[in-house]
Amino acid sequence: MCLGIPGKVEETYREHGLLMGKVSFGGVCKRVCLEHVPQVKEGEYVVVHVGFALSIIDEAEASRVFELLEAMNQLGEIEEAAREVSG
Amino acid sequence: MKFLDEYRDAESARKLGSAIARVTTRRWTIMEVCGGQTHAIVKYGIDRLLPDNLELVHGPGCPVCVTSLEMLDRAHAIASQPQVIFCSFGDMLRVPGSRGDLLQLKSQGSDVRVVYSPLDAVNLAAANPGQRVVFFAIGFETTAPANAMAVWLAKRRGLSNFSVLVSHVLVPPAMTAILQATGNRVQAFLGPGHVCTVMGYTEYEPIVRDFHVPIVITGFEPLDMLEGVLRAVKQLEDGRAELENPYSRVVRREGNPHARRLVDEVFQVCDRKWRGIGLIPRSGYKIRASYGAFDAEQIFAVDALEAQESSLCISGAILQGQKKPHECPAFGRQCTPQTPLGATMVSAEGACAAYHAHGRHLYDDRTAECTVPQA
Amino acid sequence: MTMSAENLAATFASCPVPQARFDRILLGHGSGGQLTADLVRRLFLPAFDSDVLSALEDQATLRLQGSAGGPRIAFTTDSFVVKPIFFPGGDIGKLAVHGTVNDLAVGGARPMFLSAAFILEEGLPLTDLQRIAASMRQACADDGVALVTADTKVVDRGKGDQLFITTAGIGLVPDGVALSISAARPGDRILLSGTIGDHGIAIMSVREGIDFETVLESDCASLANLTRVMLEVCSSIRCMRDPTRGGVASALNELALASKVGVKLDEAAIPVRLEVRGACELLGIDPLHVANEGKLIAVVPPAEADRLLQAMRSHPLGCNASVIGEVVADHAGMVVMRSVVGGERVVTMPAGEQLPRIC
Repeated sequence: MCLGIPGKVEETYREHGLLMGKVSFGGVCKRVCLEHVPQVKEGEYVVVHVGFALSIIDEAEASRVFELLEAMNQLGEIEEAAREVSG
Repeated sequence: MKFLDEYRDAESARKLGSAIARVTTRRWTIMEVCGGQTHAIVKYGIDRLLPDNLELVHGPGCPVCVTSLEMLDRAHAIASQPQVIFCSFGDMLRVPGSRGDLLQLKSQGSDVRVVYSPLDAVNLAAANPGQRVVFFAIGFETTAPANAMAVWLAKRRGLSNFSVLVSHVLVPPAMTAILQATGNRVQAFLGPGHVCTVMGYTEYEPIVRDFHVPIVITGFEPLDMLEGVLRAVKQLEDGRAELENPYSRVVRREGNPHARRLVDEVFQVCDRKWRGIGLIPRSGYKIRASYGAFDAEQIFAVDALEAQESSLCISGAILQGQKKPHECPAFGRQCTPQTPLGATMVSAEGACAAYHAHGRHLYDDRTAECTVPQA
Repeated sequence: MTMSAENLAATFASCPVPQARFDRILLGHGSGGQLTADLVRRLFLPAFDSDVLSALEDQATLRLQGSAGGPRIAFTTDSFVVKPIFFPGGDIGKLAVHGTVNDLAVGGARPMFLSAAFILEEGLPLTDLQRIAASMRQACADDGVALVTADTKVVDRGKGDQLFITTAGIGLVPDGVALSISAARPGDRILLSGTIGDHGIAIMSVREGIDFETVLESDCASLANLTRVMLEVCSSIRCMRDPTRGGVASALNELALASKVGVKLDEAAIPVRLEVRGACELLGIDPLHVANEGKLIAVVPPAEADRLLQAMRSHPLGCNASVIGEVVADHAGMVVMRSVVGGERVVTMPAGEQLPRIC
């Protein structure tokens, strides 16, 4: 369940006492409730589910899987080199 | 699209697929909990990137599939009443109750509307003071903050014509029930990434410990799914059972405290009946007494109807990962997406619908055979 | 395998779940997907019992008695019930003209004459009707067709949702042009003229409860000129379709079934505008299931594909044209797509209406 899509917070404002934002998803802008991420700043990315931001995306953590892949790459190169030497 | 496209990179997916193949030496059965994860597997054909001895089993993480028949019938009864605008997420409209689904009710003249967000239903209530607006508040913990906010906002704005029909379900009790069931084959879980965004993952640590089962909190993009599988398999191969969170760009151990505070204010835990599985204690949310004025169950005293399920439907076994859709004798015959017998065939995330839509019963790419009857 | 209504009833005599699931029309019956196909096949075709109708082409190509050889008449009909009647990029009138012209054009015909029947709801502002009429006149002028006959009816307030338009179109199919949905052969290439999902998402975006802050425009346009160029460049085009409601998925499934072939698609080759992608991701909708009103699919022998693609790309309506797949002998009747990460899935017709989902 839980279709949650990343979007960029373009601006914030208040409506009916709630923190709201205009969030863009690939160029489409939609009004989203930011009440659950009150510390969010314009320019940050949030994950949005049914019109509500649930989390601010941590950009440092976002690159983790690519670091894993890079490590696998280097391991692969080491394995290749080892094979060449022994082969 | 940033934070989406990078996780759909073909070359990275291929590398993760190879890595999984390299570490898998035995047969393993892994369950992905979320319906959204099931959807991703089918949409991207991810299971076809995995070695044959890895079996991915679909879990009950589809709130649409597990909403009880009694609740659906209650929704039907409320929506049939005059002066009611019944609002729902799109997913629920085609799920069959005892007397048809909400879309059919719409065709008979009831005012049934699809909304993208619960706040849209609140706005409808404000715009239509002469009507009673009822919102069908289903979902797992992920959707609870949004549904809670709708109730909180309605109270704050003094909207006495707004109410919610609550049928929330919770993941950890369901996982425990699956692990305790006789015939359980699940050896590791891909945990619910967006549920944990709200709730954190402390509730899963006791499950890992008590059942010695790996749980990897997993996201929904292809690379997330593949990394989740890789970590789960590595744990299984090593004989480890730990909780891992590779979806750390979104999920923190404590979850979202702001969201949880609001959920706690509006909802409380209760027993809940899961369609196809039965009653699981303390596995749902209901509205607290302090917000009772917004509880549609109390406002619309609709009698519990005699809810009857199809005797052919085995969605319970499917939701618990004990059977596959094509093992059901009705699959693709009496039960199709146009004529579903149970909720797992209706919801896009239901295992049966996913299998049927993507023709698994007809197309086996391992043998490149097709058994479609020629027109 | 699908069962007839009678068989279903017999099987379910003792089943508590109601078996007469569709004793009424649902909105999904109009979505151009599986429900529509079932309705046509089970109710309409048996009732009318016509070979021409049963071929289910976008238009009927007819030869008048006593006129062997020479051009044939193409004849089509369509109804337009779009809501709202004014939307970004067009209105129901412009849609009615271009939509009818397109049905003729993809059959290889040169569109010539249109009829239009208007069902007006009591209370419709005359200024709205004037705007639509003016829009239709402009569209006809742009398309080089003449609206030669029309009718008007008015229904009670609440019975007509502002305005419905039903059209018929007549064109001439030149000698030697014989496009058919049953003509695809293994090895043929499938070309798409441009980005998908624009129209359906534009409509959805102004629907209550969805509203986006960004304006997403429909791709409503006439394909008459593009198809003429394409047919001049390539005389061996097997078939063209305009993927309106039901999207590219429906059009290709219909092709696969009618030609008794399989279709293999490459997801990475299918162009989608960034805004449309964003909207589809957010709502959980598959762009392949979304309506288009200014795009076409063409099936062509492999040797001709490159030349045709270049011709399309030189045309303003084809600048994003691409080869999105090919016709194969495997999995006849099914459309299979290679995903962007290299896995595969079957692409089905949409089950019913496209609804935003939370899962």
